[in-house]
Amino acid sequence: MSAPRAGRGRSVTWTWQLIVGVTAITMTCLLAFVGPFLAPHSTSEILGRPFGPPEPGALLGFDVLGRDVVSRLLSGGLSLVTMATIAASLGTIVGAFIGLVAASASPRVDAVIMRCLDLVLAFPTIVLALLFVAILGAHPALIVGIVALGHTPSVARIVRGAAGSIVSRDYVAWARSIGMRWSTIMTREVIPNIMSPLMVEFGLRLMWSVGSIAALSFLGYGIQPPAADWGLMVSENKSALSQQPLSVVAPILAIAVFTIGANLIAEGLARHVARTEGRSR
Amino acid sequence: MSAAGAIQVDDLRVERSADSTPIVHGVSFTLGAGEVLGIVGESGSGKSTLGLALLGFTKPGARVAGGSVRIGGRDIMSLPGDELRALRRTRLSYVPQDPGMSLNPALTVGRQLREVLPPGEGLQRIYDVLGEVGLPATDALLARKPGELSGGQQQRVGIAMAVIPRPELIVLDEPTTGLDVTTQLMVLDLVADLTREYGMTAVYISHDLGVIARVSDTVAVLKDGVIVEHGPATGVLRAPGEPYTRSLMDAVPSLHGESRTRRRPPEDATVLSVNGLAAGYGNTTVLRDVSLDVRRGECVAIVGESGSGKSTLSRTIIGLHGRDAGRVRLDGVDLAASVTRRSVAERRAMQYVFQNPYASLQPRRTVGESIELPLRQLGIATGAAARERVRAAVERVHLDPELLSRFPADLSGGQRQRVAIARSLVCDPRVLVCDEVTSALDVTVQAAVLDLLQELLAGGLSILFVTHNMAVVNEISHRVVVLRGGVIVEEGATDAVLRSPQHEYTRTLMSNTLDVDGQVGVR
Amino acid sequence: MSTTAITPPGVARRGSRRGAPARRLLWRLGGGLVVLFAVSVVVFAVTQALPGDLPRLILGTDADEVQIEALRLQLGLDRPPLEQYLSWLGGVLTGDLGTSLGSGRPVAEVLGFRILNSFTLITISMLIAVPLSMVLGVLTAARRDSLGDRALLGFSMVTNALPDFVLGTLLIVLLGTTVLPLFPPVSLFPPGDLPWWYPAQLVLPVMTLTIMAVTYLYRLVRSSVIDVLDSEYIQMARLKGLAGPVVLFRHALPNAVIPAIQASSIVFAVSLGGLVVIENLFAFPGVGSALSSAIATHDIPVLQACVLLIAATFFVCNTIADLLSARFGWGNR
Repeated sequence: MSAPRAGRGRSVTWTWQLIVGVTAITMTCLLAFVGPFLAPHSTSEILGRPFGPPEPGALLGFDVLGRDVVSRLLSGGLSLVTMATIAASLGTIVGAFIGLVAASASPRVDAVIMRCLDLVLAFPTIVLALLFVAILGAHPALIVGIVALGHTPSVARIVRGAAGSIVSRDYVAWARSIGMRWSTIMTREVIPNIMSPLMVEFGLRLMWSVGSIAALSFLGYGIQPPAADWGLMVSENKSALSQQPLSVVAPILAIAVFTIGANLIAEGLARHVARTEGRSR
Repeated sequence: MSAAGAIQVDDLRVERSADSTPIVHGVSFTLGAGEVLGIVGESGSGKSTLGLALLGFTKPGARVAGGSVRIGGRDIMSLPGDELRALRRTRLSYVPQDPGMSLNPALTVGRQLREVLPPGEGLQRIYDVLGEVGLPATDALLARKPGELSGGQQQRVGIAMAVIPRPELIVLDEPTTGLDVTTQLMVLDLVADLTREYGMTAVYISHDLGVIARVSDTVAVLKDGVIVEHGPATGVLRAPGEPYTRSLMDAVPSLHGESRTRRRPPEDATVLSVNGLAAGYGNTTVLRDVSLDVRRGECVAIVGESGSGKSTLSRTIIGLHGRDAGRVRLDGVDLAASVTRRSVAERRAMQYVFQNPYASLQPRRTVGESIELPLRQLGIATGAAARERVRAAVERVHLDPELLSRFPADLSGGQRQRVAIARSLVCDPRVLVCDEVTSALDVTVQAAVLDLLQELLAGGLSILFVTHNMAVVNEISHRVVVLRGGVIVEEGATDAVLRSPQHEYTRTLMSNTLDVDGQVGVR
Repeated sequence: MSTTAITPPGVARRGSRRGAPARRLLWRLGGGLVVLFAVSVVVFAVTQALPGDLPRLILGTDADEVQIEALRLQLGLDRPPLEQYLSWLGGVLTGDLGTSLGSGRPVAEVLGFRILNSFTLITISMLIAVPLSMVLGVLTAARRDSLGDRALLGFSMVTNALPDFVLGTLLIVLLGTTVLPLFPPVSLFPPGDLPWWYPAQLVLPVMTLTIMAVTYLYRLVRSSVIDVLDSEYIQMARLKGLAGPVVLFRHALPNAVIPAIQASSIVFAVSLGGLVVIENLFAFPGVGSALSSAIATHDIPVLQACVLLIAATFFVCNTIADLLSARFGWGNR
């Protein structure tokens, strides 16, 4: 009989994953949110010849239309990071809610919910987004909504599983025996115990949101030109990779740092969860 | 195989690899060929680690720090890897606690048994041993996977696997824990027969003194990694020399002795009354027409083996399980079938204590908060008044008030069970429903909890005590109800039932309960 | 531990053994078919049944009314939606996927070779990824916490996080154009030609897919093997005196392989999603790039066919993974 060892609010052990991950995310967020204010030039002004090499005023050279890559890099993260964060948060919250409902409902309702989630799960997120964007156009709200929708089934499954295992524990039975209502049991007993896996999920969702939205922009169905966006920059400047790689490498690295950071945070949290709460048998 | 001193253990030390804390602390003994040594200890004594070390094995995280284990003159600790492996294949065997987990689920029984065949022997040897352990010696059995066998059958396969290579030494680590009483007896007798027939030297590890009494020639008592007493079984168990051994023997519930409970007869007023109770799962009926009464200050034991429906009965009474028919009355008032429909007063009056102390406390709440919770939930008291009640309850269960600010993870099993009892007491209940509350505890801890329950009985509390152990029934209860297949087969005053059981099943239960006094010298 | 009545009716009865396993399998498959139909409804609804003027969308804002009406009739948009759906579905099930609006040729013909191309791409990468993941997983599990193990874990953690087009672009920069120009950065080849006639063009896209698959899959194999190696029955095998390789291959591997197979179907499915982006990145003539060009040209029938194809395959892979886990779950120890 193994005992779960989680105290309440135990401080997180700062593994290297968490440290590097948090640093990476912070740096990228700074770049995304503060960057636009630091851009030396406008993002749409043509300042040099297309794919021109780096020079003193434009340290990363010029892009396909002759715009300053540095300025576009600094301004290109805002919409991506904002949209990704909203999509991940929305997906996690809605998914968790659905998971809790499924765990508390009768078998019939639970089965129906799971089937509906299966339907969403049948589409790879990119394909689902492309389907809707093709007909309805590339509106940011639509993109955020679809990406969030794509997250809900996985989050719901995890929450349903975790909540289900908690609900069958003796201490929940005891709470029932002294007359605690289900809603109270959910908030007092279940939710605090699923927060950890949920946070891990959120980290992963953030990583995938950035991936999906950047990919959509890369395909041309996300943020539309002439706006500055990292995904868009990759597709715009791809054709001259051999002569001016910086215009592609810079946004690639920015996206990479963000997604790697999110993944590392999720990893670090997952290790922490595994260590403090023991392996459930 | 040298006759005298077939196994010689000298200052064996095993420690934790991480911080060198000792697990086994200088154990020495000598075993003659054909001798059965029973190693008895409570949880944490290091007995399992010792058992594995006798085979030159440690679990990951532990390592041998010193000492020697000489088998047939050779120190297995100093053997190179492949020689040790060869020894394990041919002359050493191990029977683990949980057969289900020790058999590879992906391989057939036959494959796993063939792996231990001595060189030169074939299938016939396997068939012979299968017969000896009471399994059908057929190819059909050999073609099965372990998952397709029952627990008892799996354990028999485990024993067969240990016996096939005709080992010199066999180490058994609690092989009967978790099996029901009848199967346990079968396994013990089997082991005794086989050790006699093959002249094997056996080391039998257990926390259960009755089991040790039945099966051992000599007994070694292990405490905190050290042998505190060692000698012939009759000597150690009938007239223990060491105080620890004596405390162990005192703590073992006795099947035939006098119990303190009976000296305090209960009052006449009936507190809890159950009539014609029936309950089930889906289409299966688990309980059929069960009726019983509990008076004030009385302890009624519900005894049965697994599958008898005793847990369902206790959960139905408390309202955690649905009722198909019948009535449950508390102080004359009918209780609703589901606990949610009962009034606050009714919920206060009857409280439930669970079996598993590791699962019944919310890990994220401090002990104090867990005990205070029912006060808030049932609207009994808040704030300072609540804290006062919590303190009183904690005192009543003899728990250190310092533990109130700790989390369950920091407490031992016995302490947690006291917390579980305290949070029930804090509501001033009339009836306490205890579901196998001591089954998961060490024998000394169990004795302490039973003492506590007796105190509470004396204070006017009524207890419904569910258990599978007749000896505990004798210790704690005034009246006993024997449940089998969902039906009451016998009931009455504990004294009467235990002294002259009327029903055959009751007699079987009693004879299957290994009482230390009764077992010593059986071998 | 009996739990039924106190848990909400939903969760508890999970293990009720009503009906033979075969019946449960049929039940699952039936449910799967229902979802597939629902997928087709969604695809149809979004592309044809949504409010908004589809013909105008296709032809653009400066088309005249006559053209729009003609297109409406051609697409059958004047009929009631249910009738449209049924005739469309009937076509799909009999192999008639409609006519491409861009080229005028049957969709099946347009997509035919592209399906082959995409299939080749995914199959080659799975054929490399799965065995490679197994080997890496077993080796790193056996040498847990060694330098190699930790390096590989770190590398996979980083690589796994990258979106597919980011990884692909990095590979292009490293091996295609800038650092070591070894392979062509685009994988265009004449339509109708078989993809394996152009091995050099396939290297980078296959590499991208393979790396994405391996970094995910090998970790799963590794943790599955670790779980197995820590189990009681492996300890018992050692106590029986069996040698190391026997323990690893006869006892551990059969148990570890099952979750790995299940994970492989998931990885296959996930590669499908990545396919769309990767084909675009490398200009590879497959279903994914057909999908994005169909969107650009509003070629609805091709769009429908691509989405339906990808979604159906994706769903089938996931269902196979589910069924495998249900059938072979020895129960997690």
